Parts: sequence; structure tokens; C-alpha cells
Amino acid sequence: MTRPDIPTIWRWLDQVPDPEIPVISVVDLGIVRDVAWNGDVLEVALTPTYSGCPATSIINLDVETALRARGIDKITLKRQLSPPWTTDWLSDKGRARLTDYGIAPPQPAGGPTACPHCGDADVERISQFGSTPCKAHWRCKTCLEPFDYFKCI
Amino acid sequence: MSDGLFQFLLRMGDNTLVLGHRISEWCGQAPGLEEDIALANTALDLIGQTQMWLGYAAEVEGAGRTADDLAFLRDVWDFRNLLMLERPNLDFGHTITRQFFFDAFHVLLLTRLQASSDARVAEIAAKSVKEAAYHLERSADLVIALGDGTDESHQRMQSAVDLLWPFAGEMFAADDVDNAMAAAGIAPDPASLRAEWQRKVDQVMADATLTLPESQFAHQGGKTGRQHTEHLGHMLAQMQWLQRAYPGATW
Repeated sequence: MTRPDIPTIWRWLDQVPDPEIPVISVVDLGIVRDVAWNGDVLEVALTPTYSGCPATSIINLDVETALRARGIDKITLKRQLSPPWTTDWLSDKGRARLTDYGIAPPQPAGGPTACPHCGDADVERISQFGSTPCKAHWRCKTCLEPFDYFKCI
Repeated sequence: MSDGLFQFLLRMGDNTLVLGHRISEWCGQAPGLEEDIALANTALDLIGQTQMWLGYAAEVEGAGRTADDLAFLRDVWDFRNLLMLERPNLDFGHTITRQFFFDAFHVLLLTRLQASSDARVAEIAAKSVKEAAYHLERSADLVIALGDGTDESHQRMQSAVDLLWPFAGEMFAADDVDNAMAAAGIAPDPASLRAEWQRKVDQVMADATLTLPESQFAHQGGKTGRQHTEHLGHMLAQMQWLQRAYPGATW
């Protein structure tokens, strides 16, 4: 086969959903760090979000499956630890989709600026942790709905 | 040097493994859903860090073992964790006080390890320190909330501090392995972390209306492997039984 160009491969990877938060892609999440051809082998560098996140192995599998489905059969997945993942790498598209999905995107100030449901700023923290390692649990004091907040690290 | 590095990496990985396993024992039975989830998530971070430390330890050893082999197929006398971390959880106050003492130490150590002369150590520390800082924020807050809480919670926290204090000194006791790591620029002398740790602990204890015992006696023997408490064997029996009963089992 002819080697697809690198921007095309990034577009394909942008269609691979995060297994825990399927409204954003692995590219939106900022965990795909590099895509490069080495001869006829495609090398993809991935970085873990949290060191113990159980989604990591599923993400590797999903990335490989998606690339194979596009006809690429020589793939090397590399784990890249450094520099460590930061929520600064979330794409703007990803942040907007998180809000639409009901998850407040990370903020440098350390807490959500507004409730993702009603948009009110009167929110309080219930727990520093949530249903996945990357989220904390908050509540809106206006609409009274609980919501997830994507932790800022 | 490589044996010293191997021992140092075992200490890092065994600390996170043993504490990670201990706090995972709260899963499904913590005093509130939020605390249950928080402890399970903290355990998950620590086990993730264990994979990195013990994975590197296995490479350095060069004997064909993996991180899983080191975690599941070593016996008590081969573990190099601090004694404090293998203690049973007892009540929630004891669990959180231990977590705070360790988190405050862990953040200082990982911060310094980011400048390690060993690139892999620096890389693992840079990844782990972000998680450890988050753990410390929570454990310090809880120590204050419970210490400066009700009469019952205050009493339980003070008794946890009294019980755990004699185990704190082991974190800062240096031996030949530490001296070799410090000389090679791989890790700081643990004694050099003590003053800053003490400042943080003093500040949180004051806010929590808790009092540190005056004794400087320190139980030792965990990180050197000379003598663990009777509790570690019981913990390993539970943690390792599947690999012992069904060697090589995978899913």
C-alpha cells in the first residue's frame, strides 16, 4: 500500500474515542504525542493520563485497531512518559465537547468556572475524586445537579 | 552501583505497592461514598506508579523478571517498604494520618527526584509528583477536618498520631544504599528532606489541633528488609494468593 500522509493519520486518530469519555477523541485528550513513519512501520507515541488509569491499555488497543482498519499493518506503539501529560494539552474542541456532555473542563484556578448544565457559577466541591482518575465530583448550588469536573493537572 | 539502584527502585516501588494495596482494602467499605472513591483512586495512582518503579527495577536487575514477578512472587524478607505502610488500616483516622505523613514525604522526595542524574528515575518522578501533590492536598485537608472536628474524631486522630509517630523516622534514616544514591546524584539523602517535612507536618498539626509526641524513637527495618512487622505476611498472603495458587495466570 502507499503510505498515508501524517496529517491523514492524525485525522483518523481524531476519530478514535476515549473509552471512558467517548465524546472526545484520544487526540482531543492530548495523549497522542507523535506520529511518524519509520520506513514502512508507523510509530505512534502515546502518553498515559494518570499512571494507573485502566483505560490506557484499552486506548492502545483501540488506536491499533483503528489503524489496522485503515489498512496499516505495521504499527509500533511507544509509551512516552516525558514530558508528563497535562490537561493543558486538551484541545479546544475537546473542552467544548466535555461541557456539552456535562463535564466541566479543567481550569488553572483548580475548580470549574460554571455548572455545565445551567451555566451558573455558584458551584461547590463534593469530592476531589470521581468516577475515573481524571475527574472530581462537584455540585451546582443553583440547579442542584451534581456534575463531573475534569481535574486540572 | 546497579545493585544499589535496584534496591533503591524496590524501595520506591514497594512503598507505593504496599500502601496502594492497603488503602484499596477500603474499597466498598469506606465511611462515605466520596471517601471510598477517593481512596480507591489514590490506590490506583499508587499502583500505576508501582508499575513504573518495579518495571524499571526489573530491567536494572537484568534477571528476566517483570514488575508483576517482583510484586507477586517475592516473600516478606525481600520487600523494601517502610514499616508504617504495611500496618493494618485500623480506623479511617489512622488510614488518613498515615497517608498524610507519607504524602508529605513522597511529594518532597519526588520533587527532588525530578532532578535525578538517572533519566528514567527523573521521568517517573515527574509523572508521579503531580499525582502525589493531589493526594497530599486531600490527606492534609482531612487531617485538619477530623483533628479539628468532633470530640470523637479529634480523639481518634490524636491516637492515630501517637501510634504512627514512632514509624515516621524510618522515612529519613539513611543507610549505605541511600549514601550510594546520593553520591551518584540519583536520589537525595533522605535526612535532607526532614526539616521541610517537619515544617509541613507542624503546620497541619497546629491547624488540626493535634499534638506530636516528643519522642524521636523510630522503628526501622522495613526499607532495609532486616525486619518487617508481622502484618506484611498477612497482607501478601491476600495480595499474592492468585499468582501463588495459579502460577502465571493472566486475563
